[in-house]
Amino acid sequence: MNIEAVKSIYFFEMARTRRTLLQSVVSPVISTSLYFIVFGAAIGARIQEINGVSYGAFITPGLMMLTLLTQCIANGSFGIYFPKFTGTVYEVLSSPISMMEIVLGYVGAAATKGLMIGTIILVTASLFVDLSIAHPFVMLFFFVLTAITFSLFGFIIGIWAKDFEQLNLIPMLVVPPLVFLGGSFYSIDMLPPFWRTVSHFNPVLYLISGFRWSFFEISDVNPVASAVIILVFLTVCMSVLTWIFHTGYRLRN
Amino acid sequence: MAPIVSVSNLSKTYASGFTALKGVSLDIEQGEILALLGPNGAGKTTMISIICGIVNASGGEVTVGGHDVVRDFRQTRAMIGLVPQELTTDAFETVWNTVSFSRGLHGKKPDPAHIEKVLKDLSLWDKKDNMLRELSGGMKRRVLIAKALSHEPRVLFLDEPTAGVDVTLRKSMWDVVRELRASGVTIILTTHYIEEAEEIADRIAVINGGEILLVEEKAALMTKLGRKQLRVDLAQPLDRVPEILSSYDLTLEGDGQCLIFDYDTSAGRTGITALLAALAEAGIRLKDISTRQSSLEDIFVEIVEAGR
Repeated sequence: MNIEAVKSIYFFEMARTRRTLLQSVVSPVISTSLYFIVFGAAIGARIQEINGVSYGAFITPGLMMLTLLTQCIANGSFGIYFPKFTGTVYEVLSSPISMMEIVLGYVGAAATKGLMIGTIILVTASLFVDLSIAHPFVMLFFFVLTAITFSLFGFIIGIWAKDFEQLNLIPMLVVPPLVFLGGSFYSIDMLPPFWRTVSHFNPVLYLISGFRWSFFEISDVNPVASAVIILVFLTVCMSVLTWIFHTGYRLRN
Repeated sequence: MAPIVSVSNLSKTYASGFTALKGVSLDIEQGEILALLGPNGAGKTTMISIICGIVNASGGEVTVGGHDVVRDFRQTRAMIGLVPQELTTDAFETVWNTVSFSRGLHGKKPDPAHIEKVLKDLSLWDKKDNMLRELSGGMKRRVLIAKALSHEPRVLFLDEPTAGVDVTLRKSMWDVVRELRASGVTIILTTHYIEEAEEIADRIAVINGGEILLVEEKAALMTKLGRKQLRVDLAQPLDRVPEILSSYDLTLEGDGQCLIFDYDTSAGRTGITALLAALAEAGIRLKDISTRQSSLEDIFVEIVEAGR
């Protein structure tokens, strides 16, 4: 194992976060605060408690997932796409490093950034609402696994994308609807029966629901189903990456 | 001694259907400077990219230091330094960070003393804290060389290293290359400046259309394929080569103002003395005489043209 190379990629990527501190850290804090002002204070004041949880607290896991998913995909995809775009990827490809080690460096950094921002949001949210985490280890399980899985998903998008439009296609057009319609800001019990059924086909619903269960022990779906879904998606991402490494798809061919 | 790089029957067809290499074989000896010459699209960069692991081959095999570049990629890539043709740099990184990053990628522990030496050798030391986007093209090129040397490679690939680089910098780059060769590093370079290859290379390989047309010691190549020409400027122009001189291989050029005579220096008799005597006998008055050795460029053009 080429530990030095993994460390080099990881710290090189983390250094970019330091350089873009405003965009990386301050921006999600501001947008979270805005969500709390709009949904928590303005609208939330008119919404009754959901299963005994105040609306402000209820949306916190959803907000964390919303940010975690978008940030991990963005960081994971940009990390590998940017060297492809500038051409500096030649250096990574010609180094004595396996593809798994490349993933470890890039995805590790993307997941770390996602987890950092998720934690910042949790801290910011606790300034607005009373929060307690009923099952901290389950919360960490969903938190860390979602960060890793969606950073991997982002990495795949970064390899697949041929231009900036493709790079932004899934993060901009596919993920936000899935997250917003996945119960970030409401319980699907509030939806009409038809849309409640449709929501069950949205994988993000399971992530948010499981994550929310770890906080408040309330969920739209069984938390075990949530854990299975995230593990299945992780396996799918790993399988696609293994195929990419095997064929050199859009990297070495 | 076993070659440090051995390319055997290497082929590459890209997804677009373009065949860049058609069964290329080439052995590169340890410690030599091999110049890989060929027109654009000849397959030079593809071959280098396969050896370095950037592109997958369609067929054939490559070994570096006796290790297969696919199976034993860790050993082979640790030995190789690559300076790519394009000026690809991380615009927002500093010179020091990007060069240190390259060393880490090759699995080497940080060694500030070595990085300092490399930067000083390439006159980059005073720019070590500058962002790459602030550097000129020539300096970026030097940074790419510094990155390739950061992990102390045994084999160095220089793909068009002097493109867009001014004369002074070019000379200092070749000084670095000579020093590296003296320390035992094997160097493979591609260049469009054939006079550079002529000056610095030990061996020349000519590639075109995905095939190696020739691999030869530079000196032997120059002797074997190099020709000499005698140019005779005439006091009075001629309409045609006079009958009395028909036994000589002469051509009339410059509106009849000069005669060109090709001869072989390795032959026992070049025919120059006899030709000059014949010219005097024919009453042709001479204005000037000069000789010219064909350059590597002439030879290169001839080989590539013949291969078409």
